[in-house]
Amino acid sequence: MSSTQSIEALIDLMARLPGLGPRSARRAVLHLIRKRALLLTPLADVMTEVAQTARECLNCGNVGTADTCDICNDARRANGELCVVEDVADLWAMERSGVFKGRYHVLGGTLSALDSIGPEDLSIPRLVDRVSSEAISEVILALNATVDGQTTAHYIADQLEGRVTVSSLAQGVPIGGELDYLDDGTITAALRARKRV
Amino acid sequence: MEWRDQGILLAVRRHGETSAIIEVFTPSHGVHAGVVRGGTSRKIAPILQPGAQLDVAWRARLDEHIGAFTVEPVRSRAAVVMGDRLALAGLNAVAGLLTFCLAEREAHPALYRRTEALLDLLDAMDLWPLAYLRWELALLEEMGFGLDLSACAVTGARVGLAYVSPRSGRAVTEAAAGIWADRLLPLPSVLLGQGDGDDAEVLTGLGTTGYFLEHRVAPELGHHPLPAARARFVELFARLRGS
Repeated sequence: MSSTQSIEALIDLMARLPGLGPRSARRAVLHLIRKRALLLTPLADVMTEVAQTARECLNCGNVGTADTCDICNDARRANGELCVVEDVADLWAMERSGVFKGRYHVLGGTLSALDSIGPEDLSIPRLVDRVSSEAISEVILALNATVDGQTTAHYIADQLEGRVTVSSLAQGVPIGGELDYLDDGTITAALRARKRV
Repeated sequence: MEWRDQGILLAVRRHGETSAIIEVFTPSHGVHAGVVRGGTSRKIAPILQPGAQLDVAWRARLDEHIGAFTVEPVRSRAAVVMGDRLALAGLNAVAGLLTFCLAEREAHPALYRRTEALLDLLDAMDLWPLAYLRWELALLEEMGFGLDLSACAVTGARVGLAYVSPRSGRAVTEAAAGIWADRLLPLPSVLLGQGDGDDAEVLTGLGTTGYFLEHRVAPELGHHPLPAARARFVELFARLRGS
């Protein structure tokens, strides 16, 4: 057995992480070994703990270390607004903005004819149940402005028709965006959603 | 190997962290897949939406390789349809059926021209379902299951055609159908290019073309179920416009 076998195994695993390749994984592992007390040992401890405790929130699909996440447990966030996102990464992006004060629902993907992903493969039935069982006044569809994302948004809007107010995020010019660099689809959407100033 | 063409984007799949594998329907090379390097970037991802008209250049060392595309947008159709659920469902149905039916790298120039014209009509949804029905007829023809609606299969009569035989795909008159009428498929006049093509007739016509897609084309392709996107479009059309 090689004396560096476990280190090579660590490099191989690190190289599978998003944004890392074999060379950058090698650099990261070398850095961890050099900062063993400061980084490697605490990282290993935290990773062990997360591996044992991380789970999906049974209510919204967010990732946490308990059966229900902090957002679902926070009574102040039960303001009647429910934001539907495709993925946990989108939930985290919304939370970073700090603007939304309601609760979330993670779909776990979007409808896709190509990949044969139907409504039953997503948490849409659970969403419909939540709208019925929780005091939800508005469902905000924060789905990607892609064909699959908007197909899913329309499908959900159909499912919730007549039960609750359904809205979706606006589409248009991003903050700091220059018209000259925008694709024609975004400009079309922005022009259609123009507002009086 | 290298070629350049215009095409309609049918499907996009993420490939690795930064690339995408796209399927493009082109007039000279049919449905063709290839990798777009940087296809998930902020600059290129908005271009790579199904339905987009692209100028594509494909390059590979060998013809059997998947190869790489460089893409230039010609026009986007996604923004036109995103706010209209029926148009969006229609776009998905077209892309889904083409991906489902057509073999890779097999040219269908006539069907390509019809598809391009159909997608360019997406902002005229009052006309679109009828155009879509005619496109499905053209798709059946291209797949070798074209309907022969010129004369009655039994009597040869050219008037009074009311049904389509599910077995032969040929028209049958009301009189010739007799007691077998309930086993035949309805033939709305819109399929004969007659009448004003109202929504109820288009819906009936979609039922007939759907039968042949499901029972003739799909088994030929290995008994796959038809893409769910078509069923969703028909269901939505029936719900929004059927009455």
